[in-house]
Amino acid sequence: MKMKPIKPKPASREARTAEVKPSTYVLRLYVAGMLPQSVRAIDNVKKFCEENLRGRYELEVIDLHQQPQLAQGEQIIAVPTLIKKLPLPLRRIIGDMSKTERILVGLDLRKKA
Amino acid sequence: MAKTRTQLPKSPTGIQGLDEITGGGLPKGRPTLICGSAGCGKTLLAMEFLVRGATQFNEPGVFMAFEETAKDLTQNVASLGFDLKDLIARKKIVLDFVYIERSEIEESGEYDLEGLFIRLGQAVDAVHAKRVVLDTIESLFSGLPNTLILRAELRRLFRWLKDKGVTAIITGERGDETLTRQGLEEYVSDCVIVLDHRVNEQVSSRRLRIVKYRGSTHGTNEYPFLIDEDGFSVLPVTSLGLQEIASTARISTGIPRYDAMLGGEGYYKGSSVLVSGTAGTGKTSVAVLFAEAACRRGERALYFAFEESPSQIMRNMRSIGIDLEPWVKKGLLRFHANRPTFAGLEMHVLTISKTVKAFKPQVVIIDPLTSFITGNNENEVKMMVMRLLDLLKMNKCTVLFTSLILNGTVPEQNQVHVASLVDTWLLLRDIEIGGERNRGAYILKSRGMAHTNQIREFLLTDHGVELRDVYVGPSGVLTGSARLVQEAQEKAVQTLREQEVESRQLELERKRTVLDAQIAALRAEFAVQEIASMKIIGQEQAQEAQLMQERVDMGLSRKADVKTNRQKGDSK
Repeated sequence: MKMKPIKPKPASREARTAEVKPSTYVLRLYVAGMLPQSVRAIDNVKKFCEENLRGRYELEVIDLHQQPQLAQGEQIIAVPTLIKKLPLPLRRIIGDMSKTERILVGLDLRKKA
Repeated sequence: MAKTRTQLPKSPTGIQGLDEITGGGLPKGRPTLICGSAGCGKTLLAMEFLVRGATQFNEPGVFMAFEETAKDLTQNVASLGFDLKDLIARKKIVLDFVYIERSEIEESGEYDLEGLFIRLGQAVDAVHAKRVVLDTIESLFSGLPNTLILRAELRRLFRWLKDKGVTAIITGERGDETLTRQGLEEYVSDCVIVLDHRVNEQVSSRRLRIVKYRGSTHGTNEYPFLIDEDGFSVLPVTSLGLQEIASTARISTGIPRYDAMLGGEGYYKGSSVLVSGTAGTGKTSVAVLFAEAACRRGERALYFAFEESPSQIMRNMRSIGIDLEPWVKKGLLRFHANRPTFAGLEMHVLTISKTVKAFKPQVVIIDPLTSFITGNNENEVKMMVMRLLDLLKMNKCTVLFTSLILNGTVPEQNQVHVASLVDTWLLLRDIEIGGERNRGAYILKSRGMAHTNQIREFLLTDHGVELRDVYVGPSGVLTGSARLVQEAQEKAVQTLREQEVESRQLELERKRTVLDAQIAALRAEFAVQEIASMKIIGQEQAQEAQLMQERVDMGLSRKADVKTNRQKGDSK
C-alpha cells in the first residue's frame, strides 16, 4: 500500500475561509495490512474528513506491517487507529470508523452527549 | 529396563527455590500466568525471570509493561541489582512500555489488537527473544472498550505466543472470586502461579503457590518467599529430603558435668539442641557456654540474639566468669542481634541462611526461639524451625535453640511443636522448696546416646555453670539451702553415730581394764594367801616334828618307850 499522504481535495469556498484558521487537523490512520477492516476504515475516514473537515486536514495512512517500528513509537495497540496529532490534545479513535458520531466526539468536533 | 521419561521441556527461572518446586522451571514455549494482589511481587518475579534468562541462560527477553514506564521499571529493579539499561544496550532485553489512556481513546466500530501483535513481534525479532513478559495485560480492559473483542484477541495472543515458541509470563491482578479480575486463567491454562502477601500480627509474609502446572509434577504447598536486595527467593520446605549424613563425632557442651550427663562426650556434631526453661533458669548461659567451648576449640560460633544486645550478653556473662570479648575480637564469635518483629519469619530464615553461608560457623545459637511466636503462628514457627534445621544441617552446623516456657504451663506440652524436631532437649526448671527458688536441669531426650535420667541442680556461680547432684532421699528431692540443711543434718547424725561407736569402744576398753585389774588383784591376793597358807603349813609341820621329837625325847628320858620301840624293831 502506498504511504504517501493523501492530499486533501481542492478546498471549497467555506473551507478556504477555514484554512486561515489555525486549527488544521493533522490525522494519521494506522492499519495492519489491507484487510477488509482496513479498507473500510480508510474509506470511512476519507469520507468523514471530506464531509466535516474539508480543506483543513492532513491525513496520512500508515500500514504497520510495512513500518512495524512505528507501532511502538506511536503507542499503537489496536488497529485501525486514527490519531489526531493536531490540534492538541492528542486523541485516538479505534475501530473501523463506522460510527461517525464517535469520530466527531473523538476529534473534539462535538461535545460528548 | 527403566525407560527414561520424556519430561516437559522447561525454562529455568534461575530463582532460588522456584526451580526446585516447579521441577526445573516454567513450561518452555508456553505462557504462564502469575497472579496476585497489588504489591505481592508479580512484576518483580517476571522481571527476574527475564533478567536471569538473559544473563544466565542466554535467552533474551521482551518485557512489555502496561503499568509502569520503562524509566520507572529500570529504576525499580536497579535496587535489586539488575542493570536493565546495560541489558537493553547489549540487546539482551527489550523494554516496551505500552501507554493506554482511556480518556484519549474513542471507539468507533470494530477493531483488533494487531498493533500489539506487530509491536511484540518486532521486539521479539529484534533480540531473538525466547522469553516474553506481559505485565499486566489486564490493563487493556480498563484502557480499551469492548471486552468481547479484547477476550477474543487475548485468546489469539496466547495462541500466537505459543506459535512463536516463547516462554511467556502474563501477570494478572487478583480478582474477587477468580484468580484474576478478567478470568485470564481461562486462557492461560498451562501453568498458574499465585502470589500472596498477607499480614499477620503486623508482620507481613509472602507466599507462592503453584495452582496448576499442566504436564508436570510440582510442589503444591504454599511456599514462603522473599524479596530482598538479591531479588526473589522461594524457600521450599520440602526441597531438602532428609538426606544429610549423620555424624558420630561429638562436641562438648561447654559444661563438663553436662557432658557427663550426655554419655560423657556432649552433643552429636551437626545435631540440634533445644534448651528450654522458665524465665531466669539460665538458658542463655548454657547457650553462651556452648558457643564459648566452640571458640576454645578454634571453631566459629554464630549467635543470633533476639532479645538482648551483644554487649548486654557479654556484660551479663562476665558475671558468671565468662569473657566473650576475646573471641569476638578473634573473629571466632559473631553476634547477630535484632528483634523478631524486625521482619517476617521468612526474612529471618533468609537472614540466618545468608549469614550462615557467609560466616560458615560450626555452632549456631538461636536465642530465644519463642520470641518468634506471636499469637497463633506456632505452626508457622514450626515450619520455620524445620526449614532452619534443614538449612543448618546442610551446612553441618550444630544448632542450639533456647526456648522460654511460660510459667504455669506444662513445659513438655508447650514445646511439642518444635520438640519433635530437635535431637537433644535439655530442660531447665525452677524447683521451689522451702521458700526458695532453685534451678533444676534434666535431659528430656537425647537421640542416639546414653544419657542420665537424673535431675541435677543447676548452679550459676562466678566461675561458670555447675551441675550438682540433688539430694534424693526419704523426704524427696531437695535443692539449694534445703539440700545444704539436709546434708548438714545428715552429717550431724553421722557424727553422732560415730561418737557413740567410739564411746562404746572406750567403755569396752575400760571394762576390760577393770576386769584385768580385778584379775590381777585376785591373783595377788591369792598369792598372798598361798604364801600365808604355805607358811602355816610349814609351821604346822615344824610343830608336829617338834612334837614328835619331844615325845621321843620324853620316852628316852623315861625309858619306857624305848623297849616298845625296840620291841617293835626286834619283832621284825
